[in-house]
Amino acid sequence: MACFLVSAAEAVVVTAVAAAQSKKEKKEAEAGNIDLSEGKTAVLPAEGQGHVPFVKKLKWLSYMLWGGAILLAFEHLWHGEVVPWFPFLTAMADPADAMEMFHEMATVGVTMAVLITVVWLIMVAVSNVLEKRELPEQSPEA
Amino acid sequence: MTLLITVFAAVIATVVWYNIGNKMSIGVLCFLFWGASIMWFVDAIFEYAELKADYFAPAAADMLNDAFLGLAVVALALVIWLIVLLIRDPKGTVRLSLRNMSK
Repeated sequence: MACFLVSAAEAVVVTAVAAAQSKKEKKEAEAGNIDLSEGKTAVLPAEGQGHVPFVKKLKWLSYMLWGGAILLAFEHLWHGEVVPWFPFLTAMADPADAMEMFHEMATVGVTMAVLITVVWLIMVAVSNVLEKRELPEQSPEA
Repeated sequence: MTLLITVFAAVIATVVWYNIGNKMSIGVLCFLFWGASIMWFVDAIFEYAELKADYFAPAAADMLNDAFLGLAVVALALVIWLIVLLIRDPKGTVRLSLRNMSK
């Protein structure tokens, strides 16, 4: 009925966090350059040297959430559960249908958002392991 | 049927990404399809819990409608990917053609 709204809400939050993180990482990179000019070493290896920035990993999650939410919204439109006029959700017209919709959002919708997040966490974990494997191979000592 | 078509689209997009890399922003298409596939998978689990074995024996008309929906979903995802590709313009083709038009 409106299960995609849970993922869409999570997508909005993740996109906002990714935008804030992106600004933060840019500032840190600029600060890192200053540190290097003062003879200090950078904390993180540069991009393209085996390190995937966290903001990029957050974007994986936001793409999956947005993709799922948009395509499922289209499915709901197809089935007449979403309409292009107020209140946009046909279930909102009847209180009993609205209750059923909220129940579906709390069960199916939340499970969808949780599963996507779990898949993303697995992807991040695998990526971290691969980065750790790749880094010693690239260092001249290894 | 919609889930099946989306999963096939996700697998094909991932294989293409593996072969050519992210030159054409194929990664975005992969995430779109995988995100939708995971969400429809959850939907299928809940539907299976409700219908049990009947879930695997849909009416022919429902299956046809679902297949049509699946193809429409793939088309929509491809259009979204194309818009992302043209905005990102990794080969600079859009910028070049706009520059040529302005001359």
